Amino acid sequence: MNWSSMSEFFSMGGYGLYVWGSYIVTFICVIGEILLITNRRRTLEKQYGLIHDLNKKETKNETTS
Amino acid sequence: MAINWFKYSSPASFYSLAGKMIPVFVVASVILLVAGLYVGFFVAPTDFQQGEAYRIIFIHVPAAWMSMFLYVVMAFWAGIGLAFNTRLSSMFATAIAPTGAMFTFIALWTGALWGKPMWGTWWVWDARLTSELILLFLYIGFMSLQAAIDDPRRADKAGAIIALVGVVNIPIIYFSVQWWNTLHQGASVSVNQAPSMATTMLMGMLIMVLASWMYSIAVILKRTRVIILERESHTAWVAELRKKEAVR
Repeated sequence: MNWSSMSEFFSMGGYGLYVWGSYIVTFICVIGEILLITNRRRTLEKQYGLIHDLNKKETKNETTS
Repeated sequence: MAINWFKYSSPASFYSLAGKMIPVFVVASVILLVAGLYVGFFVAPTDFQQGEAYRIIFIHVPAAWMSMFLYVVMAFWAGIGLAFNTRLSSMFATAIAPTGAMFTFIALWTGALWGKPMWGTWWVWDARLTSELILLFLYIGFMSLQAAIDDPRRADKAGAIIALVGVVNIPIIYFSVQWWNTLHQGASVSVNQAPSMATTMLMGMLIMVLASWMYSIAVILKRTRVIILERESHTAWVAELRKKEAVR
């Protein structure tokens, strides 16, 4: 084990900004890419009127009303 | 036994095959990612020269490798689409581009964040860095050219030309550290030499490379499926699919 405490882990021996700056931006890119594709598919499903998407909408309406 | 090699070159059968394959690659990438991060942060020791800053390597190298590799795969499929007029190959190339561009951006970004503490600068116009930046422009050029052409089949052909011409940049990136004097260090892993780093560091890096592979395959298959649906909306099998989904 390299780290004796949480703060030591987060400071990365003084390189925290660089190490976490790399990891966080990568994480955002990956999540962003997944969301973009999911969204693109959603739009398409709505256009095509695929029924399982309509079901989702109905249940949503029920919970809000 | 006769194998029908062309079965999965039809968008309809590929669509359902890809749908079954995606979950496998998603699970594999999540497992490998967790394992890779664990090895990278908790098993791999502190570097005696670079301290903890070297831990950027666990994303930087996989991202840089994927950026080059995905470009070659993209150009290959774009070329096949151009030569044989197979529409699925071209759709596949189109689906690869955004993921390739993302990995190129990550390689440049993490490189800058690594360069600052080690070289004292975010950026230099050096052979390795510049050729990687050109790779990003090639991806962006490919995507914007395709987006600018309304007819998808023409967009495929135009994109394929850019993709194929751009392949020349890949060996330039790869060999740039040997051909020119550069700030960038030489290859950490090569075929004819023992790797120049500790085994656990190398392990962590290779696990992260595998994780990026699995992630890329999953995401690209997912995007290919969306592109197939978008482009094949007029066909009988998509109409059939809509009916099936309606029953469910």
